[in-house]
Amino acid sequence: MQRRRWLFSIVAILPVLAIFAYVRVFPIVEILRLSVHKWDILSVAKPFIGLANFRELMGDRLFHEALLNTSIIAFGVLAITVPLSMTLAALIYHRTRSRFAGFYETTVFIPHVVSLVPAAMAWKWIFDAQLGPLNALLSVFGVEPKAWLFDPVLSLVCVIVLCSWQALGYCVLIYLVGFKNLPNSLFEAAKLDGASGLQSFWNISVPMLKPITLYVSVITLVTSFNVYAQVYVLASDAQGAPGRQVRVLVLDMLENSFRNYRIGYAASEAVILLLIVLLLTLVQFRLLRERRSRA
Amino acid sequence: MTSRPDIHGVKVEAPATGTGGVLPDLPHRRKKTPLADRAIDVFLLLFGFFMVLPLLLLIANAFKTPEEMLAWPPTLVPREPTISNFTSVLSSTPLLRWIFNSLAFALSSAIAISVTSAIAGYLMAKFPSRTMSVLFAVILATAIVPFEVYMIPLYFQAQALGILNSLPGLLLGYLVMSFGIFLIRQNVIHSIPDELLEAARIDGAGEIWIFVRVVVPLLRGALGALFVLAFFQAWTAFAWPIIVATTKESYTIEVGLALFQTGFTIDLGRLSAASALVLVPSVTIFIFLRRNLVQGVASTGLKE
Repeated sequence: MQRRRWLFSIVAILPVLAIFAYVRVFPIVEILRLSVHKWDILSVAKPFIGLANFRELMGDRLFHEALLNTSIIAFGVLAITVPLSMTLAALIYHRTRSRFAGFYETTVFIPHVVSLVPAAMAWKWIFDAQLGPLNALLSVFGVEPKAWLFDPVLSLVCVIVLCSWQALGYCVLIYLVGFKNLPNSLFEAAKLDGASGLQSFWNISVPMLKPITLYVSVITLVTSFNVYAQVYVLASDAQGAPGRQVRVLVLDMLENSFRNYRIGYAASEAVILLLIVLLLTLVQFRLLRERRSRA
Repeated sequence: MTSRPDIHGVKVEAPATGTGGVLPDLPHRRKKTPLADRAIDVFLLLFGFFMVLPLLLLIANAFKTPEEMLAWPPTLVPREPTISNFTSVLSSTPLLRWIFNSLAFALSSAIAISVTSAIAGYLMAKFPSRTMSVLFAVILATAIVPFEVYMIPLYFQAQALGILNSLPGLLLGYLVMSFGIFLIRQNVIHSIPDELLEAARIDGAGEIWIFVRVVVPLLRGALGALFVLAFFQAWTAFAWPIIVATTKESYTIEVGLALFQTGFTIDLGRLSAASALVLVPSVTIFIFLRRNLVQGVASTGLKE
């Protein structure tokens, strides 16, 4: 009987496993394999070249630029999103009884679910040097108009703003779950001891929410390291050659594989991206475990 | 918004104010709102307004004449609304085709992910064995790897299958979701007691019948959340569609719009009209399915 049940479960799960292996496990193994090979699409031969691709990456100026830009975007989004979303979630949670609570939650969350490209286009118009309302607003205050999307530094700022605007809703939502799970008794005790709302937020909520903060930070970083669509729309120049202003990792990777036909080289970039993500995840688990063992 | 029985058989009254989502339903303790709370309300109202303002302006722009679009301050309600932007963009691009492609892609992906997750999640929860534990560990491990990392090999698989520039090609990247399997597994463990399945088996029910008639109905909530989550994931997908769909007829709406906005001399009115046509339905769907989606998204945070 036990054996028959085991057999049933294995047979029933096989189709799902087959799909999973084909669309997830196989390509992941393949990217690792390709990264140590030289493959130029047209040639039949794929010679093994060891770590030559990675060595070349170390000296590739475009790759450095992409890595730097992507890191700046990721940490920029982190710096804006995490503190802001925690504060917003605290306020929204505090005003749970307000009749606008649904409005707060919905409006903050909408940017996270709308299609990327139309949303990015709205911001592209806002940042537009000639037509955009941002420069018009600034000129009211006597500030010189700026070419937001054509300046290498400012265009990074624009990408960070757009990505933060989109990431915020998700972070707020996760924090709200966190606030909901905090033990109410602690806050009541603090209140009895005369703590103000701000004091309990700083001394109770922030430390107690550390695991959530950690999770939200890592997710924000990982998502931002994979940024592509936002850059594609915002920082494409007039000739329709996207990403001249802001080169990011995914863009560089796709350019190497589909414009330069260097699949092996692009694969090694993908492996670097994977290593970054693994490192971030590892740090998260480390910090979590440290916390548990201390508690 | 109706009351529904919770697991313990106690009626849980949904709040009349409709806070929804993940917020707890606290009873009204005080009638009077303190001044500080009023200030917070004003701040949050303004903040929420500014969060959606870019989208509102975009939709407003779609109805504006070229002159009004340049006006300062920008108007939220166009003075002379026109639909010429819409007619012009609809006649010059296969926009409806792209929307249809996106819809077909998102729906098929949501169905595929729900089905595969339900089957795998249930089996992994209720048929424990060493094999299953190993499989589950592998699935969790692959969840860490971002899609962008392995999409290039996946592209060549799609090419080998001859399904580039087609719905099956798009779908190839979005057939399974590690998190979905995880979510359903957790749900089965927490909400479906072994005794229930045993009782059905003693009554002579087959395993497939039990899955379809007992398990799936009990997972309705979780599957609904997952379905909506998967739908929006595919609906907003960008990197995969842009490499797989390279013919004008096979673009999804995201790809079509992205290329449309680089390929032409920038015509703000038509761009806005096209964007509005995409935004309005997806925001409407979101507002209708908000509870499901918020639930699904919130549960992604409970991974550890």
